[in-house]
Amino acid sequence: MTEPTTQAGTPAPRRKDERPDRGNVTRLGDRKKARLEELAQASAGKGGVSLLRDALRRLRRNPAAIVGATIIALFVLVAIFAPLIAPHDPVQRFDELTSRLSADTIPGPSDGFPLGSDELGRDLLSRLIYGSRQTLFVGVFATLIGLAIGVLLGAIAGAFGGWVDNILMRVTDVMLALPALLLAITLVALASRSSQWTVILAVAIVNVPVFARLLRGSMLAQRESDHVLAARALGVKKRSIVLRHMLPNAMTAVIVQATLTLSVAIIEAASLSFLGLGDPDRDRAEWGAMLGDAGVRYFEVRPELAYYPALAIIVVALGFTLLGEAMREALDPKNRR
Amino acid sequence: MSLLDVRDLSVVFQRRGERPFTAVDKVSFTVEPGQTVGLVGESGCGKSVTSLAIMGLLPKRGNKVTGEVLFEGTDLLKLRPDDMRDRRGRDIGMIFQDPLSSLNPVIPIGVQVAEVLERHQGRERKQALREARELLDAVGIPDPDRRLKEYPHQISGGMRQRALIAIALACKPRLLIADEPTTALDVTIQAQILTLLKQLVDDTGTALIMITHDLGVVAGLCDTVNVLYGGKVVERARRHELFGQPRHPYTHGLLNSVPRLDSIRGERLHAIRGSVADNIPWTEGCAFAPRCDNVVDACLEGPPPLEPTATGGDLRCNNPVSEEVAVP
Repeated sequence: MTEPTTQAGTPAPRRKDERPDRGNVTRLGDRKKARLEELAQASAGKGGVSLLRDALRRLRRNPAAIVGATIIALFVLVAIFAPLIAPHDPVQRFDELTSRLSADTIPGPSDGFPLGSDELGRDLLSRLIYGSRQTLFVGVFATLIGLAIGVLLGAIAGAFGGWVDNILMRVTDVMLALPALLLAITLVALASRSSQWTVILAVAIVNVPVFARLLRGSMLAQRESDHVLAARALGVKKRSIVLRHMLPNAMTAVIVQATLTLSVAIIEAASLSFLGLGDPDRDRAEWGAMLGDAGVRYFEVRPELAYYPALAIIVVALGFTLLGEAMREALDPKNRR
Repeated sequence: MSLLDVRDLSVVFQRRGERPFTAVDKVSFTVEPGQTVGLVGESGCGKSVTSLAIMGLLPKRGNKVTGEVLFEGTDLLKLRPDDMRDRRGRDIGMIFQDPLSSLNPVIPIGVQVAEVLERHQGRERKQALREARELLDAVGIPDPDRRLKEYPHQISGGMRQRALIAIALACKPRLLIADEPTTALDVTIQAQILTLLKQLVDDTGTALIMITHDLGVVAGLCDTVNVLYGGKVVERARRHELFGQPRHPYTHGLLNSVPRLDSIRGERLHAIRGSVADNIPWTEGCAFAPRCDNVVDACLEGPPPLEPTATGGDLRCNNPVSEEVAVP
């Protein structure tokens, strides 16, 4: 906001409509008017502060959000610029490493290989860095697909109610009754040939009922709300009521859930890879697979093979959880204003 | 022909396994073009249900609406849902009690005003927003260009109610139903909003149904007043007669219980005995009988009929307050 110029002591800047020959009272009035106009102008530019900007402002003040956002930002940057950051090709087996491999030794840090070798003589650091790409890719796509299907089903259930709602919700009940990982394993096992897309789809489907339930619940709450009644009293069409009045108001919870689901999706995808149900391509660096393939088998020999990917998974999942929780607080309408 | 002719409107709420509850019991009243009609009564007397039934906004299940709601001769209760939807907002506007929750929190004010214009007048968004600006100006919202872009939580309660009025009047409906429009506002704003409503109604010739429990609102605004009790009209009179000579003991009690500045210091406020919970069903007698000071034997033998009075109103009472008793 601009500094008001009409402070005590300093006269108001002369304005066109000011009549200098009037008494004290008028001048005071004029000054007040000028001040008011300035204030009005200062705030006029802003127009409406959108809810999103309001929430962002609150997020910036929350340390947990900042930590979470920083972790995620670093993670995304690493994933995008992996080829530039990684010291080596993650697939290449280096002779100077393989030569030192044996049944009970895996070479540790050495010149050019800051974290040492993995069980096949590849650079561990490079593989960790490239692994972030895989994690980001799987996490984001699994969440987006789950979100899309979940929102569609939840919106249909919440908007129509009645038997449509009943059927959809019983289906989600069945899915929610099974433990998530077990369901994901079943789904992956159903696929004839596993690839990273089977993992993505399995994780997405596991998360569909969460989104569907959440959205359906807030849609139902919206249906009873005063502003929807008011919209109906204006003769707004049903489609428009659902899409413009109910859905946007019901989405907040779902968006927050999406952030939290990202961390769940990352962990679930990593779990599937860990169990050997992920991408069969052993060359592709993936944290879960790294943990499962080498970490467990060579834990006695070199526990770092397990520590690093595990740490990476935990930190990234924590980042998304922190940001998700902070977003939930920031977007909570009860905290508004 | 009356603009709105409500005949024997009844709303019965019936839930499976529960006793049916009659919220509105054969209510009849008319609204002439440009007239302001009050529906007055305490909480639970069926005011809001009446208005929702007229608008066709009651939930589809769990209730039964009977009677006729003739709007310019067309029975709104018999209209197909699509046709009724076309009329809502265009022919009949409505203002609700709580201006904050009645506005969509995630849509700017301007778009909400524009929406109804787009819906009923087929305006393009740009044109609609221009008209919305004029409407906001007309309802006395300062700096309308800025308000257009603002969200409901950013403006004051009075301004929100003004915005709602702008939305309700956007398509120049012939009838406006205001359901306790000032209850959620503080007293200074209440007066402004009422003045605005009165002015707009006078300017546009819109008829107004004012639903309220506030007799002050009635006194300032309404031409005719229907006093509801237990879902039935117990007294109908022109404003002047109602305030000058309330005949029904309930109306009399309501007027008597308004605190007055010129009453004797230390005098207790008058109150109507008991609460709505004491009502007896209309089928067994006068619902108000258990709380009535004028109760006679006939009151408990059957429902008293609604009969015309000498002053041109209607009254449902066996033993009305005598005309000589001077009140307020």
